[in-house]
Amino acid sequence: MTEPIVKGRNLVKRFGSVTGLNHADFDLYPGEVLAVIGDNGAGKSTLIKCFAGAHTPDEGQMWVEGKEVAFKSTHEAREHGVETVFQTLAVAPALDISANLYLGRELRKPGILGKVFRTLDKKRMRKESGEHLQDLGIMTVQNITQSVETLSGGQRQAVSVARAAAFGSQVIILDEPTAALGVRESAKVLNLIQDLRKRGISVILISHNMPQVFEVADRIHVQRLGQRAAVITPKTHSMNDAVAIMTGALQVPESEQTLGPVNVPA
Amino acid sequence: MSAPATPDYDLDEEFTTKRSTVQRIQMTLHRYPWLSSLIVLVAVIIVFGLVNERFLLPNTISLMIQQTVIVGTLAIAQTLIILTAGIDLSIGAIMIFGQMLMANFAVYTTASNVLPIAGQNPIIAIILGIMAATAAGAVNGFLIVRFNLPPFIVTLGTWSVFMGLTLILFKARTIQGPEMPETMKFMGDSFPVGPFNFSFGVVTMFVLYLLFAWILKNTAWGTHVYAVGDDPVAAQLTGINTKRVLFSVYLVAGVVMGIAAWITIGRVGSASPNVDPMLNLQTITAVVIGGTSLFGGRGAVIGSLIGAMIVNAVEMGLSLAGVDQAYRTTAIGLLVILAVGVDQWIRKVKQ
Repeated sequence: MTEPIVKGRNLVKRFGSVTGLNHADFDLYPGEVLAVIGDNGAGKSTLIKCFAGAHTPDEGQMWVEGKEVAFKSTHEAREHGVETVFQTLAVAPALDISANLYLGRELRKPGILGKVFRTLDKKRMRKESGEHLQDLGIMTVQNITQSVETLSGGQRQAVSVARAAAFGSQVIILDEPTAALGVRESAKVLNLIQDLRKRGISVILISHNMPQVFEVADRIHVQRLGQRAAVITPKTHSMNDAVAIMTGALQVPESEQTLGPVNVPA
Repeated sequence: MSAPATPDYDLDEEFTTKRSTVQRIQMTLHRYPWLSSLIVLVAVIIVFGLVNERFLLPNTISLMIQQTVIVGTLAIAQTLIILTAGIDLSIGAIMIFGQMLMANFAVYTTASNVLPIAGQNPIIAIILGIMAATAAGAVNGFLIVRFNLPPFIVTLGTWSVFMGLTLILFKARTIQGPEMPETMKFMGDSFPVGPFNFSFGVVTMFVLYLLFAWILKNTAWGTHVYAVGDDPVAAQLTGINTKRVLFSVYLVAGVVMGIAAWITIGRVGSASPNVDPMLNLQTITAVVIGGTSLFGGRGAVIGSLIGAMIVNAVEMGLSLAGVDQAYRTTAIGLLVILAVGVDQWIRKVKQ
């Protein structure tokens, strides 16, 4: 049986007297798109922020690719191949696309120029940014020096996704990627997600939008009251079921859940 | 990593949208905010040149550049800080602190009541002065980063503290030029370039501008300074150590203030604790007129040099035209407001 690429057991996270996560479990299998849904305050964001390195859980264990991990920063999560596209996108609007793609991991020129004078290799960063964006079918190279603030919401999302996908990451976490977008741009982002899966990247998608979740997800992790209430698939359960699980009206016995991997089409 | 065969969607088209000429001009100004300042500077020079031919004499131009040197150098420090969405009201006080420290170390004889530190090697005195200003900048940075205090308040406080400290340590005594070795006044020495006259202070200022323009453009640190000013939360999420960047900016600004202290002794010819109480505000004026946004993340050091020169050119031009000081001050004030207005308009390019 396939081992989960990202696994969490008994995760607890408290914020003062508020409990964000109450012994939550989590499994993401290689190559799948796993949606995480749940009501406000169910602990979706807290859960994924633990794997993103933005939160450190108070209790419980996490594994990435079978190795136990304890992330203290987003940087550490990234080193383990877990990239996150935050809801706020974490872009610097005034900087250009290539500077944003390489923000925090800039490339320096080879030799003395880079080592002693710490000169950036802008040419290479621009060229490679263009390639990364083209890989995702997003844009042409000549516009790579455009500042991010001149881009539309969907384009910014695309830049953020490209940044997450560009550095050989295994897992990409997308936090509400379509929340601020119109219908047309949302469709593009969903296409991007499917594209990521085609490239063998595992995706965690946090979303409120049920139709979108049921369109792209292989499995759906339903979070309720800080715990994993159930894991279902769009094939085994309906949207109404999902809402019922979210609100606690429906309880799914483990035998009817999809806790193991589903057959992911290559 | 192989590219997918054919993407079935096309964001491409939106990235390559054609823009009209006006939009493209706006875009260019948006990308290079200092460009509009340069246009203003050229316009100011042409207008005053037509009004009064003395304005364009090499002597006048040399003098104008000389007059820019103190505010111009300090404006580099202010620009770095404003790029991080901060502000430094203590710039003048720190510069004067450094200046009085170097002068008191180098002065030939100790006047009564002043620290018994006189008669040091001027090079060592200068280095100590620059180090003191750097330490003062580090104090600002430490308070801002460690305790999360707003830069406005911190530097308002340290402005008073360093002013007071200067008076406590060095009394209100002005150290006259002849009391100091020549090295202390080196930055005021000038040499002819064609019909113009440049001081070493001016040359140093230009070198500093080139240096920082290069650093901001071509190093990761430079990119991070912009990113931190633009959106500190985003910068942190991308893995930038925002606290370290902020602290380093105040530290580096301190170094620049220290160098400005040496330049000021050369320019003024003496070291006085009452150089100019308006220095802080003048640097902010230069930065703003130079197109750097007070909200951080946008702008360029080179704009601040242009900004400082615009202020000086307007002052000089109006003065040559026989306009009263009070009107000149008013004109500079209007210029600042106009600059911010133009800035806001240009920024409307973003969607």
